[in-house]
Amino acid sequence: MLLAALVLIPVLCGTAEFLVRDVRLGRLILITAAVSHAALAASAWILSPPGIFGGWLALDSLGLLFLSITSLLFLAASFYGLNYLKHAPVSGKTEDEEGEFFFLNAPEARFNGCLLLFLAAMTLVILSQHLGILWVAVEMTTLASAPLIYYHRHTRSLEATWKYLLLCSVGIAVALLGNFFLSVAATIETRKPVSFILIDLMSEAVYLDVMWLKAAFVCFLVGYGAKMGLAPMHTWLPDAHSESPSMVSALLSGALLNCAFLALLRAHQICVAAGQSVFSRGLLAGFGIFSMVIAAIFILGQKDYKRLLAYSSVEHMGLLAFGVGVGGGVSVFGALFHAVNHSLTKAALFLASGNILRAYQSKICGHVKGLSSRMPATGFLWAAGLFAITGMPPFGTFMSKLMILTGALAAGKYLMFGICLTVLTAVFWGMARAMLTMVQGDWIEIGPGCVRDREPVLSFLPGFLLLLIVLGLGMMMPDWLDQVLREASLSLGALP
Amino acid sequence: MVKLFIWIAAPLVIAPLLPGVINRVKAVFAGRQGPLLLQLYFDLWKLFRKGAVFSRTTTWVFRLGPAVFFASVLSVLWLLPFGDFRAPFSFNGDLIVFVYFLGLGRFMVTSAALDTGSSFEGMGASREVQFAVFSELAFFLVLCVLAAGAGNFSISGIFRPGQGAFCPGLMVRVLAAVVFFEVLLAENARLPVDDPNTHLELTMIHESMILDHSGPDMAFILWAHALKMWIFGLLVVQVIVPVTAGGIWGQAGVTLLAIFLMAVIVGIVESVMARLKLCRIPVFLLGASAIAVVAYGLSVMR
Amino acid sequence: MIHLIWVLLLLSGLLLLGSSRMMHCLRIVAAQGILVGLLAVFQAECPGLRVFLLSATVIALKGFVFPWLVSRAIRQTGTSREVEPFVGYGASYVCGAVFFMAAMELAKRLLIPYHGVSPLPVTAGLFLAMVGLFIIVSRRKAVTQVLGYLTLENGIYAFGLSMAYEEPLLVELGVLLDVFAAVFVMGIIVFHIQREFDHMDTGRLTALRD
Repeated sequence: MLLAALVLIPVLCGTAEFLVRDVRLGRLILITAAVSHAALAASAWILSPPGIFGGWLALDSLGLLFLSITSLLFLAASFYGLNYLKHAPVSGKTEDEEGEFFFLNAPEARFNGCLLLFLAAMTLVILSQHLGILWVAVEMTTLASAPLIYYHRHTRSLEATWKYLLLCSVGIAVALLGNFFLSVAATIETRKPVSFILIDLMSEAVYLDVMWLKAAFVCFLVGYGAKMGLAPMHTWLPDAHSESPSMVSALLSGALLNCAFLALLRAHQICVAAGQSVFSRGLLAGFGIFSMVIAAIFILGQKDYKRLLAYSSVEHMGLLAFGVGVGGGVSVFGALFHAVNHSLTKAALFLASGNILRAYQSKICGHVKGLSSRMPATGFLWAAGLFAITGMPPFGTFMSKLMILTGALAAGKYLMFGICLTVLTAVFWGMARAMLTMVQGDWIEIGPGCVRDREPVLSFLPGFLLLLIVLGLGMMMPDWLDQVLREASLSLGALP
Repeated sequence: MVKLFIWIAAPLVIAPLLPGVINRVKAVFAGRQGPLLLQLYFDLWKLFRKGAVFSRTTTWVFRLGPAVFFASVLSVLWLLPFGDFRAPFSFNGDLIVFVYFLGLGRFMVTSAALDTGSSFEGMGASREVQFAVFSELAFFLVLCVLAAGAGNFSISGIFRPGQGAFCPGLMVRVLAAVVFFEVLLAENARLPVDDPNTHLELTMIHESMILDHSGPDMAFILWAHALKMWIFGLLVVQVIVPVTAGGIWGQAGVTLLAIFLMAVIVGIVESVMARLKLCRIPVFLLGASAIAVVAYGLSVMR
Repeated sequence: MIHLIWVLLLLSGLLLLGSSRMMHCLRIVAAQGILVGLLAVFQAECPGLRVFLLSATVIALKGFVFPWLVSRAIRQTGTSREVEPFVGYGASYVCGAVFFMAAMELAKRLLIPYHGVSPLPVTAGLFLAMVGLFIIVSRRKAVTQVLGYLTLENGIYAFGLSMAYEEPLLVELGVLLDVFAAVFVMGIIVFHIQREFDHMDTGRLTALRD
């Protein structure tokens, strides 16, 4: 019942949004849906709801973890959105001298509706235990989020939307091929029908044909990896995450990439149960390292701060894949913990970037100076976010990265450890250079008098709270979170 | 001995009927009266009685060209099987000799065209050779598909049904026949590759090459063209309709009927299609090669 | 009969590679959709209501609705009906032959221990998927990229119908619905692209780069 409500509430509210004319009512529906979704997710921690539809939808520990992240992020984004959408012009135009900001916006009802359907699709991805439904839900997230990217209507966001739509659809089609390969692996010898529910597959996993299973995993890696942002299938990510409105970027980077990672983890679970974990872990670690290196190359010298954040997402997704790929209890635990930390931090950073974009009307780092004097709250958020995302103590990201790297050393992967460390250093240097220069310096006056920009509470409070959580997690890990993380890493085949 | 004689004489006599059939079909489609069915025989008779005119810029190459062309086509006839009977001179690997004899003929005709020193014939010769690159590729590929299936590199070995364990499925035979047909259209200068009736000089391929020949030389060239049509037609027919039973007269009758039916089809194709743009002809032939590769895959996958 | 359908699908993939007219490509993709739907009927071991319902849905969607959506996009944008390739048609045919051989090799390796299983569905399905990917990569216009995506989906779906065991009807319909929504959204975006940029050449969508 709880699970059904988790999916149905956003769906119903989303369809209601398309029919509602009044803007204020639309925003109210959005907030109500976000709050109720968060409440239901919180209660799932206490109640541990059983599966429905014969086990097609169920909440295991991995799912609970990602559900909480998604719900929390959506809550933060929707409160931020209240303020953002109020100030963004709906049918007016704003233009700077280079003609860069000449755009229209889509109607807000459509935006809110797609946002809620996006939440519903992501929830379905997290809850589904049937691999077929998982596929359908991942494709639905692509379709629900494409109009969101195209909210600010101009040529660059259209280009980003097209790349996103095409690349992710093609990737997900390859993942469908992986689904079929898996089905062949299960039935080619026995010719008996096999249930595609995860638990059943895992129990039958030793009877799967190895060649077909490996082919299936490769297809899943390429397909869901494209959605997750693993290089070399990541090329849509910088464009889509930088061109969409900031709250959408926060959700894309923080929640959607996690959902794709979850889909990949389900495939990994099957490989582990079939005894092919060495194969799948090797591939995951390889793609993870490659993504980190590619991201580091593009972060150094990056001039656009939203693209910088997007490439940072690629790097962190690579780190997650690497953590799971290394194996061993510590790294997998660290990777899952890092998923939590990264999502919260990246969302906070993107929300802050929205404020910067609206104030300075430019996405170039060089054009933004003097955040600490002009917009102190956002500037503080920006600097704190920088330290959080690059893994500085006492933030939680430090702990999680440390765990992943320790695990890599313990597993004897010295070369990969070395590459990781180099990449992390390079990324820190690149990001700090770009982002700290934005905070410092004198801002260029655009009007008479030295006035601080008006910073509404809602524009920085969600981000601030998210970073506070990350800080808290870094200093003290609560027992209930620790237990869920342990269960989740056990389910991924990590030895305790 | 008699067999050798009939093997050559029969096509020599019957082949000139084929262009007549094609022209008559085209005329019917166009609502015209059209030339006689036996027109080519009358043309050959007329040309043999005429004298030849040779330009002062030509050398012995020009005089040799048509003769070698005709001779090479005749030699190919001796390698071609018919129904259930092996060719008079079959041996393992003769399919390569088959293609190369045809190539030799083409080489001599194009050399004769270049020998005239006229840029117009040279243009025709260059186009002819350019498209021959692709048509020979397709031709070789499809022959190799059939040969690999039969395990035997002799043309007679390929087409004798029941030879070895090779009996390609219907799909493979249909695809091979399609490729042979496309090669036929290309090699015999038929639409959509080349318009045999065009009087626009810039669009000619074959016609411009042989423009300077006259008298018996021209007769040999026309006769050799008809024989080439016969050869390729026989290949198409034997892939689709492998005739095994019946004595020699029964098989001969069925095969002749099939070849004339194929000539009718060529006539229909010519009437229905327009000529391809010159740059699309290599694409057309590469498509035929790709179909040959698919046919190979299908024959392996049975 | 199944053999014939697969061979026709193979040939349709080859034809798609060399075709320079957009409406021609569209009709080939529509024919592919109808063939895939027929495959659903002939492939089933015990034909019943479920099989006919699925087959009818596939034929309706892949054979008529998707091509109609794409042709609507072509008509509304008023783009020229010529496919503009990065890779020429002759080279595309050569690539097609290479893809076919690669698909055959993959099928052979995957099916080594299973002699009773015909490699044709695996080969043809993988070949069609590779052709679809190639069309997405090697053609300029956004509309032809949608056609390539449809071909990719046709190949993968046909493979699934043949080789994979029966999925629940809900999942199959979900897959079809997803592809429908994807093509629908793609059609809308293509229209917006034409309106914003005044061209559909994805090779020129290079404003976002590093």
